[in-house]
Amino acid sequence: MSTLKSWLSSGLVALVIAFAVSAQAQQPLKIGFGMSLTGPLAGNGKAALIAMQIWAEDVNAKGGILGRKVELVFYDDQTNPSTVPSIYNKLLDVDKVDLVVSGYGTNVIAPAMPIMMQRNMCFMSLFGLNVNSKFNYDRYFQIMPAGPEPAVGWSQGYFDIAMGLNPKPQTVALVGADAEYPALALEGARTHVKKLGLKVVYDKTYPPNTVDFSPIVRAIQATNPDIVFLASYPPDSAGMVRAVNEVGLKTRMFGGGLVGPQFASLRTQLGPLLNGVVNYESYSPEVAAKYPFLDQFLTKYQGRAIKEGVDPLGFYLPPYAYAMMQVLEQAIKATGSLDQAQLAEYMHKYEFDTYVGKVRFAKNGEWSAPRMLTVQYHGVAGNDLEQWMKPGKVTVLAPAAYATGTVQTPYQDNKK
Amino acid sequence: MRNRTFAVIAFAIALVLIALTRVIANDYFFSAVYTVLQFIVLATAWNILGGYTGYVNFGSAAFFAVGAYTTVFLNKSLHLPLPVLIVAGTIVAGLLGLGVGYLTLRMRGVFFAISTLALAVVLFTFVVNWDYVGGARGAYIIQPREAPLGFSRYGHLLYATMVLMAAFAIVVARAIERSVIGRGLAAIRDDEVAAECAGVPTLRLKLFSATVSGALMGMAGTTLPLYLSYVEPTAAFNLSYAVNSIAMPLIGGMMSWLGPLIGAVLLGTVQQVVQVTISSEWNLFIVGVLLVAFVTLAPNGIMGWVEAWRRSRPHPR
Amino acid sequence: MEFPTALVLNAIVAGLLLGGFYAAVSVGISISFGMLDVVNIAHPAFIILGSYIAYIVNARLGFDPILVSVVLSPLFFALGMLVYRVYYVCFEKRGQESLRGLAFFFGILFITEVTLVLIFGVDYRLVETSYSSTTLRLGPVDFPLRLVVPFAVSLAMVIGVQLFLSRTFFGRAVLAVAQDQLALRLMAINPFRVKEFAFALSIATAGIAGAFLIVIQPVQPSIGREYIGLVFAVCVLGGLGSIWGTLLGAFILGLAESFTSTFFGPSWAPAVSFGILLGALAFRPTGLLGR
Repeated sequence: MSTLKSWLSSGLVALVIAFAVSAQAQQPLKIGFGMSLTGPLAGNGKAALIAMQIWAEDVNAKGGILGRKVELVFYDDQTNPSTVPSIYNKLLDVDKVDLVVSGYGTNVIAPAMPIMMQRNMCFMSLFGLNVNSKFNYDRYFQIMPAGPEPAVGWSQGYFDIAMGLNPKPQTVALVGADAEYPALALEGARTHVKKLGLKVVYDKTYPPNTVDFSPIVRAIQATNPDIVFLASYPPDSAGMVRAVNEVGLKTRMFGGGLVGPQFASLRTQLGPLLNGVVNYESYSPEVAAKYPFLDQFLTKYQGRAIKEGVDPLGFYLPPYAYAMMQVLEQAIKATGSLDQAQLAEYMHKYEFDTYVGKVRFAKNGEWSAPRMLTVQYHGVAGNDLEQWMKPGKVTVLAPAAYATGTVQTPYQDNKK
Repeated sequence: MRNRTFAVIAFAIALVLIALTRVIANDYFFSAVYTVLQFIVLATAWNILGGYTGYVNFGSAAFFAVGAYTTVFLNKSLHLPLPVLIVAGTIVAGLLGLGVGYLTLRMRGVFFAISTLALAVVLFTFVVNWDYVGGARGAYIIQPREAPLGFSRYGHLLYATMVLMAAFAIVVARAIERSVIGRGLAAIRDDEVAAECAGVPTLRLKLFSATVSGALMGMAGTTLPLYLSYVEPTAAFNLSYAVNSIAMPLIGGMMSWLGPLIGAVLLGTVQQVVQVTISSEWNLFIVGVLLVAFVTLAPNGIMGWVEAWRRSRPHPR
Repeated sequence: MEFPTALVLNAIVAGLLLGGFYAAVSVGISISFGMLDVVNIAHPAFIILGSYIAYIVNARLGFDPILVSVVLSPLFFALGMLVYRVYYVCFEKRGQESLRGLAFFFGILFITEVTLVLIFGVDYRLVETSYSSTTLRLGPVDFPLRLVVPFAVSLAMVIGVQLFLSRTFFGRAVLAVAQDQLALRLMAINPFRVKEFAFALSIATAGIAGAFLIVIQPVQPSIGREYIGLVFAVCVLGGLGSIWGTLLGAFILGLAESFTSTFFGPSWAPAVSFGILLGALAFRPTGLLGR
């Protein structure tokens, strides 16, 4: 059973590191966190964990940080927020970790914030939308490249492209799942819509466990929107894309904030059904040239992911999970200490060089400028995975520095 | 033992537990124990309707979440202090229990169970669509940086509150169990038709039981938003609350107030330990196995085991 | 404003197709809970098990999942017999069915879910069939085969079960065991055998329903929990112990969901469905077609 093996092997890795360290008579540098290893977001959580473990191995192979070997101490938060306070209290009080990072998703980042604030810990977090807007904590950092206003920056690319269409769209349909991320993404989209003066002809959400999405798509079609913005999680991303194809949605642009098509399982599942969908990606082989060194990381990642039954592409979270740890590593090395105040100050001031490019943080801990890629899928044929591993099926539309092509519109013409 | 004496003892123990905040520096202890205490309240509350009266409630999460969201709503609109929030949440949940009971307790037990399931889904959908309390986006409640009453951390205050709530729930449950009401509930549990014929006011008693049970479950939920700083519907309505509030009395024994306490402490501690050691899907597996094992081997729970063991010992002549 | 005929027609069709699927997942509960009084809350777990088995065979050998599940239904039948035996020995014989049995099945639900997670992981699984992407269009109305095929097979299965129960000797014995066990014994039929058979039948339907599920949408182990409420709702609404009731209940809930999704807001669909259930329970607790 591969998951059992993964548990055993990660335990073994931790043990081996610990033994190696004790042989050196030096305390290991412990980094603690909770991660979704079970529950609805476990697919992402496990992928992120693999990336972080690869980072730990890479760092230790080069002698560790400040002469100490790195050890990851983590627990399964079950994608359940109520486990988070206990986990982080244990990490800090019992395991006495030197540094903490977050789990994956707003759901599990927010409950940890009071503890971080009480103990003045520097807190690097992994893909939470807008968590710090309520807390205004000056030692919070976010590795998601959504820009200083994440909920808004998330859909920036989509609406920029949409307004670049000729003639300009007038009406928009907003739809998404009743869950934390889609709700926030839709809120961000509404900000854009208001600013751009678009008319909202449909604005509804659906329960995540909906079985049949075609009534929803038909209701959307009945309003004849120029563009359709969808924010969804993997199961409903698949359901909506299928329904859109079955009903034959006619609109100029469709997509925006679908979580799911970044992963191998949905790409192989949906295959050509994805043609024409505009979406966000954090990485794609088309832009590999802009991300040196990412190739070797991805090869390492993909080998392990396949063995552990986790997303074999690794284009979504893993590069950023790795980058998150690189930022910490560079901050520690530069300040020469583990003092939380010094680390936080350094991280606010300087720019970091990571596998995902240069990283700079804004005052609220988010990225100073958004860098989510807005892409359109095209030319997908069949349901194999190989076609996605090389460039060719994804056109990068934005940001301009990374663009490889322009959007093909209207949406339904992409089906031919 | 008279109720008053018991209450005094219970609160004395509670005060000792609260005093631990001065002694133990380890915050993890308090967050872990908070969760176990929360389950003590839930299990005890569930047992009032489930064990004493014989009506299985699948929707514990609904009452729990109602308590949590009342806190969110009142905190956002009126910024009320904690004790008021707790009382308010308890009352609202109690009213919900009364309402649901009135609609459904006139049917056979199994229909009540299914209604509670339906109730949980309906309430969940309402909360998801209610923008003021955050809907699916979730709601943030920022813990005050300073803790009142001399606690060094706000988390300690929440822990203390939960200790008091647990003591309160147990005192109430025991009082009900030993009163005339408790006897009436037991009669309903054993044979409702016979009880009705014997003149027991079954409907009124059942409504009482449902109201108290719902109120206490809501009470357990009132501090959740402050404990997590962030609530969203899927977390508040999580299946684990429903499952645990059934499993714990089952494992501990459903006949008296001691059973849910034992079950909650046992199962709750096991879950907390597993969470930070084995830490993966095994947690759910263990709950499942424990459930099956206890239910097949120890049908009356741990209390039942103890009873049977006591009875099997030879009596002194 | 012109009457949205196309929208209404499509909503009706979508609701009926969905209802057919809901009937398939619920007919097992109609038997086990409606007729045998066994609160098998783990029924969704068996459905998911069926989904995964259909998935494996489809992934390895490429056969159509629904076909596979029908062929493999004796496997589920045997599983059902085994589960019932354990249940009977531990609970029914001792006369402590309801709550203990419930907890027992809860435990089974979790154990099954975790076992599936350990074997398959938490990623969503889906099957590709030859008809997954085809949609028939009759005028303004769409018939996606992805829903039509499960609908057709489901109807066949449900009607088949009903015919079996009402026309065959053994089937009528099942109906009888729900009403009067003593009389059954007096007719020299072993009630245990009958109940065992009926329960096994319910699990067999779960296995087949699992194949429908994975054809319609991606599956991952914890999806089962979302169906617990639905399957009981369908049976109770339709009337416990009545297969036609289950079918009717399923159609009603399917249509309610479809219409709410199309015209009011999909977010409200669960509230509407379960609200209907609560209303039915308050005014007619025996369900629509119940005895």
